Amino acid sequence: MKKAEEIFQLLKDNFPDQNLELKTDQPTEPVILIAPDEIEKISLFLYKNTELLFDSLVLLSGVDEVKANLISVYYHIESTSLKHKIVLKVSTDRNNPEVVSVTSVWKGADWHEREAYDMFGIKFTNHPDLRRILMPYDWEAGYPLRKDYENPEFYQGMKVPY
Amino acid sequence: MGFLDKEFNDGNIVITTAEDIMNWARLSSLWQVSFGLACCAIEMMATSASHYDFDRFGVIPRPSPRQADIIIISGTVTLKMATRIKRLYEQMPEPKYIISMGSCANCGGPYWEHGYHVLKGIDRVIPVDVYVPGCPPRPEALLEGLLKLQEKIRNESMIKKSA
Repeated sequence: MKKAEEIFQLLKDNFPDQNLELKTDQPTEPVILIAPDEIEKISLFLYKNTELLFDSLVLLSGVDEVKANLISVYYHIESTSLKHKIVLKVSTDRNNPEVVSVTSVWKGADWHEREAYDMFGIKFTNHPDLRRILMPYDWEAGYPLRKDYENPEFYQGMKVPY
Repeated sequence: MGFLDKEFNDGNIVITTAEDIMNWARLSSLWQVSFGLACCAIEMMATSASHYDFDRFGVIPRPSPRQADIIIISGTVTLKMATRIKRLYEQMPEPKYIISMGSCANCGGPYWEHGYHVLKGIDRVIPVDVYVPGCPPRPEALLEGLLKLQEKIRNESMIKKSA
């Protein structure tokens, strides 16, 4: 079982040219900030490294940080054998959010990423099947969990507002 | 039903009107589409089970809309589901009846303001006969809704379109 600082140090030693950052002042768990194009590489390392063995993606969720003009993705990961866990965070431009998919590392990320795409419009590159998952396929009114989202007046002739 | 037992007691004959016998037949075997949506569907299943026994009123689940008489909209109707419900309803043969069960199906329920995905009342898509309030309604409430529907069918006319 490793502490967040130890996990972070391991990452720093193995990816010296990366701009990684550890945040421990969070009210919840410590967060490691990662660049959006590097998340897949770093995830694979976290998964494969024998001292880390992060084999389980507990949760993947999007967050709309409208004041910073960012859209972020949080990855809560855990090692079921070594019992440690960590949170990864990736921030991307709100106007064109693009993050590399981690489905090649954790298969379970597939539907989580589809949900993040459905609700926030985050494009996950290399995703095998990036479609909407909850909203109808022909939903054209945008991404409902964005802070500036406005519901349409009608959908297929049905009135939407109360 | 009126019958004159004094005059016809040997022949075992019942006299009634065609309208009454039709309505009686209809209201006594309301087959429902076996179809549930959300938590209300759990109460609907409880109503069907032995303790409340929907079957004593002639309601049995029929897994095909083409051979069903009523559809109970039991739960939250999302916009995505609403298009499918409309299609199910259109597949049912006339005469067909609808019970809207619970606050979500009646008016959107707790999703009335911020539910971007919820249809605010199934009556925006298909015509409802009986609204059953509750969140979710207890089986007794659903049973009363069914009795109200039976009352409505009992007073139907073959020549006049019912309101």
